[in-house]
Amino acid sequence: MDKSTESYIIDDQDAGLFRVNRRAFTDPECLQEERRRIFDKCWIYVGHESEVPHAGDYRSRNAAGRPMILVRGDDSVARVLLNTCTHRGAMVCRQNSGNAKTFQCPYHAWTYNSRGQLVGVPGEDSYSDAFKRDDLGLAAPPQVDNYRGFIFACFDPAAESLYDYLAGAREYLDLVADQSELGMKIVAGQQSYSARANWKLLMENSYDGYHGLPTHQRYFSFLSDIGIDFKGNNLGAPVRQKTVDLGNGHAVLEYQSAWGRPIAHWVPPFGEHRKEHFEQLRRRFDDRFGPERARRICETSRNLGIFPNLVINDIMAITVRTFFPVSPDYMEVNAWALAPIEESAADSKLRLDNFLTFLGPGGFATPDDVEMLESCQRGFANREVAWSDISRGMKREHPSITDELQMRAFWRRWNQLMTTPQIRRARKAA
Amino acid sequence: MSATELPSRQQVEDLLYKEAALLDEWRLEEWLELLAEDAIYEIPPTDVPEGDSRNTLFIVADDAVRIRSRVKQLLGKSAWAENPHSRTRRMIANVRVLGSDGENILVTANFAVHRMRYESVDTYIGHYDYKLLRRGNDLRIRERRVILDNEALRPHGKISFIL
Repeated sequence: MDKSTESYIIDDQDAGLFRVNRRAFTDPECLQEERRRIFDKCWIYVGHESEVPHAGDYRSRNAAGRPMILVRGDDSVARVLLNTCTHRGAMVCRQNSGNAKTFQCPYHAWTYNSRGQLVGVPGEDSYSDAFKRDDLGLAAPPQVDNYRGFIFACFDPAAESLYDYLAGAREYLDLVADQSELGMKIVAGQQSYSARANWKLLMENSYDGYHGLPTHQRYFSFLSDIGIDFKGNNLGAPVRQKTVDLGNGHAVLEYQSAWGRPIAHWVPPFGEHRKEHFEQLRRRFDDRFGPERARRICETSRNLGIFPNLVINDIMAITVRTFFPVSPDYMEVNAWALAPIEESAADSKLRLDNFLTFLGPGGFATPDDVEMLESCQRGFANREVAWSDISRGMKREHPSITDELQMRAFWRRWNQLMTTPQIRRARKAA
Repeated sequence: MSATELPSRQQVEDLLYKEAALLDEWRLEEWLELLAEDAIYEIPPTDVPEGDSRNTLFIVADDAVRIRSRVKQLLGKSAWAENPHSRTRRMIANVRVLGSDGENILVTANFAVHRMRYESVDTYIGHYDYKLLRRGNDLRIRERRVILDNEALRPHGKISFIL
């Protein structure tokens, strides 16, 4: 079929039918368009402010396909700078992380301060009067902003503010950020892995409640082994679970946790000796937020997808996960654990244990997810099967967490950005 | 014989080579028999190889309960990432008996583990740090720390078998 007449999605709301053309997962031209229309237009997560607590602290990051530096300047402002010397292009930051007063390009020794200003040019008297240091500081994305510690960059100067962009996702970021009275922090240690699959498959998977039981039998078997009766839990009870389209392509699942949560939701495997401590923590949440909001913060899990490529799963621990396509069938994934700054050493150990029983490339669940995504990608080689079906629960008034409303929210936004003619015309004119 | 009297390098090599064979042959129940009751198995993250699992997000930080659960799952049918099992082949080298910390015998060795699956070959390179105990004439593994030289798990994506 001629690609120009072939659409990416079928969205028949009357019939309750939603399909995605598998070309979206396999076509190199589609990825090129995604880079231009999605990663260059949307707010992209770069890092968390807690990762650069002190002046001069920096982290190398790769986001939206670009090497960047997340750095706290000597003025205490956390910035995102593009990691390329404005002289001839070499990367001025060559370490993954550290603390520096300046970044010196190893090629010709141009030197920038922690705010990105150009402060040293060897042999500067060789330049004409037209040479202005002020014009040649490290470049930055046109927009950088922070919502409750989460730092995003946007390469579209005309884009709406981060606050507006996040739309309904702010409510759920608040439920995460409110878990601390002092602020949340990224725990040391980055899980850097990958999947031989299209990046959008991981977005779908990250808030897919339908795959939980078949794909993760292994995890539920582990829970049984340590004495958690998940079957008796009201995981699926309608009053305790919902899936919500948060606008702008963001979506969330929220449900009563089948597992213990190291934020004031005790379960027997945590140990009797911790019970009273958790009840105390919980009373503090009740005092701060009232019982209903405290219950949501402490007892419910949320799988939050922020368009296009940020996942914050606040489940048995909190994972912050971001991923970027290298090719249509390969993505690089980075994941971190988020925790309250004031959490005790014992609670922190419990949180990390809880994290690793499910999450991460050596956990009891993530490898099986990666296996499924890679299996889908290999299956797509059957080009004769052109469409994936994402209609589950489409005609239901209140879709459940095992329905696919959240994926449809993603795909509708994705499709809008990928097919809006104004953007295409603007690009042709440019 | 005292618990920490140092074994010869050959004794340690015999243990590590046997362990490698059991893991490569998926004889994981027999592998468990090489472990002490309170054994731990850890893989630090690639960016903090010297990290402490109490305050750092690891890739694996198993206590004895989780090691046994991991083995049970891997030998069952629902660990999809290893069903069917990968083929693995590990090379152990540069084995050194470093001494004792008073309780444990300290051993280090280099490794290269190749994992073959879906006609891809993924290579894991690094070193093992062991803490061993004597049990009669045998040695038991009390701590098994796998420190990767890989800067990231790319393109591997996962460590779904016992590394």
